Amino acid sequence: MKRLALIVATTSVLALAACKTSAPDDLPPTQVTTPPIDTPTPVATVAGPVAGSQEHFTRIMAGRDTIFFDTDMSNIDNDDATALRAQAEYMLQYTASTATVEGHADERGTRDYNLALGERRATAARNYLVSLGVPESRLHVVSQGEERPAVTASNEAAWARNRRAVTVMVR
Amino acid sequence: MMCRLLPFTGLTLGLLLAAPAAAQVTAPTADPAPVAVPAQEEEGLTGGSATDVIEWDDLGIAIASFATNADVPTAANSAGTGALGLELARVVFADLRNNGLFRPTGPDSLPRPSYTQITDPAWPSWQGRGADMLVHGYVRANGDGRLTVGCYLYDVALQDELVREGWVVAPSEWRRAAHKCADLVYSRLSGESPFFDSRIAYIAETGPKDNRIKRLAIMDSDGANHRFITNGQTTALTPRYSPDYSRIAYLSYQDGNPRIYVYDIGSGQQTLVVQSSNPTFAPRWSPDGRYILYSMAISGNTDIYRVPATGGTPLRLTSGPAIEVGGSFSPDGTRIVFESDQSGEQQCYIMNADGSNQRRISFFGGRCATPEWSPRGDQIAFTHIVGDFHVAVMDTAGRNLRTLTNGWQDEAPTWAPNGRIIQFFRSAQGNGDSTIWQVDLTGENERRLNTPVGASDPAWGPVLP
Repeated sequence: MKRLALIVATTSVLALAACKTSAPDDLPPTQVTTPPIDTPTPVATVAGPVAGSQEHFTRIMAGRDTIFFDTDMSNIDNDDATALRAQAEYMLQYTASTATVEGHADERGTRDYNLALGERRATAARNYLVSLGVPESRLHVVSQGEERPAVTASNEAAWARNRRAVTVMVR
Repeated sequence: MMCRLLPFTGLTLGLLLAAPAAAQVTAPTADPAPVAVPAQEEEGLTGGSATDVIEWDDLGIAIASFATNADVPTAANSAGTGALGLELARVVFADLRNNGLFRPTGPDSLPRPSYTQITDPAWPSWQGRGADMLVHGYVRANGDGRLTVGCYLYDVALQDELVREGWVVAPSEWRRAAHKCADLVYSRLSGESPFFDSRIAYIAETGPKDNRIKRLAIMDSDGANHRFITNGQTTALTPRYSPDYSRIAYLSYQDGNPRIYVYDIGSGQQTLVVQSSNPTFAPRWSPDGRYILYSMAISGNTDIYRVPATGGTPLRLTSGPAIEVGGSFSPDGTRIVFESDQSGEQQCYIMNADGSNQRRISFFGGRCATPEWSPRGDQIAFTHIVGDFHVAVMDTAGRNLRTLTNGWQDEAPTWAPNGRIIQFFRSAQGNGDSTIWQVDLTGENERRLNTPVGASDPAWGPVLP
């Protein structure tokens, strides 16, 4: 039972609700079936944030709304690509959604250059989303330069968190 | 509006010819001030380069309270022109002292000369005070409500006048007369062009680092007459005064996107410089005020453009996939220094004003960012990124690098109108609080400017006419 509960906890909220009422008494002791992790979540049927809203998007993305860059760089690495694929899937599922991609730089740069760098990063993310089929008309790009850090400390770890492109649902 | 009264002496004329043309506007000589005396023949105390600064820095200068012919209240000072005379001398004293120039003594520790002594100093009372030079002045309330301010510089040992000048000012501009007097003293003794009678546009900062409020603000070169121009509802960045001080180009997120606007100080109205859906930033005026240089990103690629300040068709100056950004005209308007990361990191480049003949000039290690051409034309100030950020200068060939500051993050130098002092902003590690500082070309005289709140992105305008 304990084991089953743990497995259930790692799946979606909906699955948890479904299991609550009738847990089987007899379990096949050796044959543990792992529930599929990447099941498309039928979130639209769940009460909560409206599909396509920023709150809904961030809940579904669970951190994948943001991609990170190396100093002065704007290339999309594997981690970025994974996150952007999740973003693209979301936007392709919710066809009314529109988003702004915000480009950011860390504080260890000069202001004008950071504006240009933020623009380059946001555009790189936007272009990747477009390559995955998201219509360009649903994506707006804005550079925030170094003006809106996510983390305020002045160290390498903080700067790494601030060199980012964040996709934000609009409406 | 300020009117100059006295005929120039030969030396002063020479200095003014080197200054911006607007400074040569002469005024009707309503002539209250005494007759000019011939200029001194020799320029014994000039300092032609930064390394000479120390020589005249040791001069003791006594700045006495300005006298008045009749103590009457004015819009400049309700306590009377006598009290105003003391304030005038205090401003002259603060200008010279705060900039590490000379060894000034202020009016509060000096005898107050009478009105007639302004042109006939009481020499015995000034000798033995350790002052090599003596500044006298007067202020008079005119029938039309304006003020006449006279300024005299004397050599105490020679018991002789070195230079004099007078100005008619509106009461609200009384501090400008004091700055003109400080400029007169500074120019005569150093051989340098004036700079005190000038203004600074900058960004006032309040609030936490991750939600900072940034407002466009202006102030006199000594921090007086401070004024907020925007209310902080949207972020404002990187202002630049037009050369005639009538407008300020700056970046605003007013519509949610970074865009350059030109704010008209007289009307309070602002207009977009470029009608484009693309972001525009890093505005810079040409020295004649006819053009604005700006950077624009198209599909993530930033290049530098030039557009008539009144609007019109932009001219693209750079191309290619790298970031080209910022830029600063040479004083004659023929060349532009800018930064590019086409080598893989920010470095400084020079091109002709039409974009031709682009070439890199910085090869000294570290990164070269935010280059600003000196008003004298001979040097370029920039942010030298070598781990930490330092303000440095180099010649226009990218040689003779000299580091002037040593902070954790000092950036965005802007030149005093005479090219002898540089302002920049310094960010604190951690909270990111920013303050404006200035340093002279020796790197030895560094001080923080007093601003009401945090401050960044300073932009020093030219000397007022």
